[in-house]
Amino acid sequence: MVTNVTNFSRSGLFDWMAQRVSAVVLAAYFIFLLGYLVVHPGLNYAQWAGFFSGNLMRIFSLLALVAVSVHAWVGMWTISTDYLTPMALGKYATVVRFLFQAACGIAMFAFFVWGVQILWGI
Amino acid sequence: MGGGRYTVLFPTTLLCVPGPSSVKEAVKSQRPVNLDLRTIKLPITAYTSILHRVSGVILFIGIAVLLFALDTSLASEEGFARVKMYLSSPLVKLIVWGLLSALLYHLVAGVRHLIMDTGHGETLEGGKQGSKIVLIVSAVLILLTGVWVW
Ligand code: HEM
Ligand code: HEM
Repeated sequence: MVTNVTNFSRSGLFDWMAQRVSAVVLAAYFIFLLGYLVVHPGLNYAQWAGFFSGNLMRIFSLLALVAVSVHAWVGMWTISTDYLTPMALGKYATVVRFLFQAACGIAMFAFFVWGVQILWGI
Repeated sequence: MGGGRYTVLFPTTLLCVPGPSSVKEAVKSQRPVNLDLRTIKLPITAYTSILHRVSGVILFIGIAVLLFALDTSLASEEGFARVKMYLSSPLVKLIVWGLLSALLYHLVAGVRHLIMDTGHGETLEGGKQGSKIVLIVSAVLILLTGVWVW
């Protein structure tokens, strides 16, 4: 079995599955959100804030936030290992790839914390 | 160059300059080589695949925009009004439409990915057909979204 220390779970199969499960959650969330916006054309603040502060919606939003963190990490990791290779970058490939992955990870973590703050602020 | 005498007598020795042997091999090789990417025609499946990747990266960057809009619009009545005001600007409309287009394409192609992962439509013909469906469905959705945003 090929293992790698920088991927999400140390197992390609698990990463693959995690990306698919998170994809289903994200698809459901975005279809629901866009559907809500389409059927509420003249939305006001009270409706909008009420929509996001419901308990079920909070759980759904938090779930989507976790899903997008996993999904984007696995996705950006895959892309980095496809293009930032020794063949493309020579001997610095590992350093460049590691820095790119670190930047993606930090950005995603910041997005996650920001999202939690938004959801808990209302 | 000291070897003039010999090159006149043996023109073929011109090739015998010291250098990487791969150069000689490439010169001798009879394989047809096409290194001009602009003349290589990609199959439709390559376009739908790379678009899925590109839209995924756009979405990753776009999370910041989405969170900003969500944060501001949920923070207060004024924030909500501010986001509405931003959304009346053509530039913002264009950015939002672009992001929604990336989302819709990624979503449609992603659902197809999941369908293919269950073993459906994995033949060459099925792959081409699926790619066409993805392009048509997402184009229709993207156009409708454009109408909706404007
Ligand atoms: C904001 C949300 C999303 C972001 C930031 C995102 C980002 C990404 C990225 C960067 C990749 C890697 C692309 C590649 O390897 O070529 C990816 C792959 C994938 N995405 Fe998303 N995505 C999002 C939402 C979705 C949704 C809603 C679906 C719906 C089904 C989805 C389905 C998939 C699938 C199935 C893959 C795997 C493709 C593969 O194995 O090559 N994604 N995503
Ligand atoms: C120039 C044309 C090509 C383009 C634009 C292209 C693009 C891509 C992209 C964006 C992905 C990841 C996204 C996805 O899985 O949907 C991918 C995956 C892959 N490509 Fe290509 N590719 C090309 C040619 C090739 C060729 C010639 C081969 C093999 C001889 C190949 C083998 C693969 C394999 C094995 C995967 C992984 C599939 C997976 O994980 O689902 N590709 N390609």
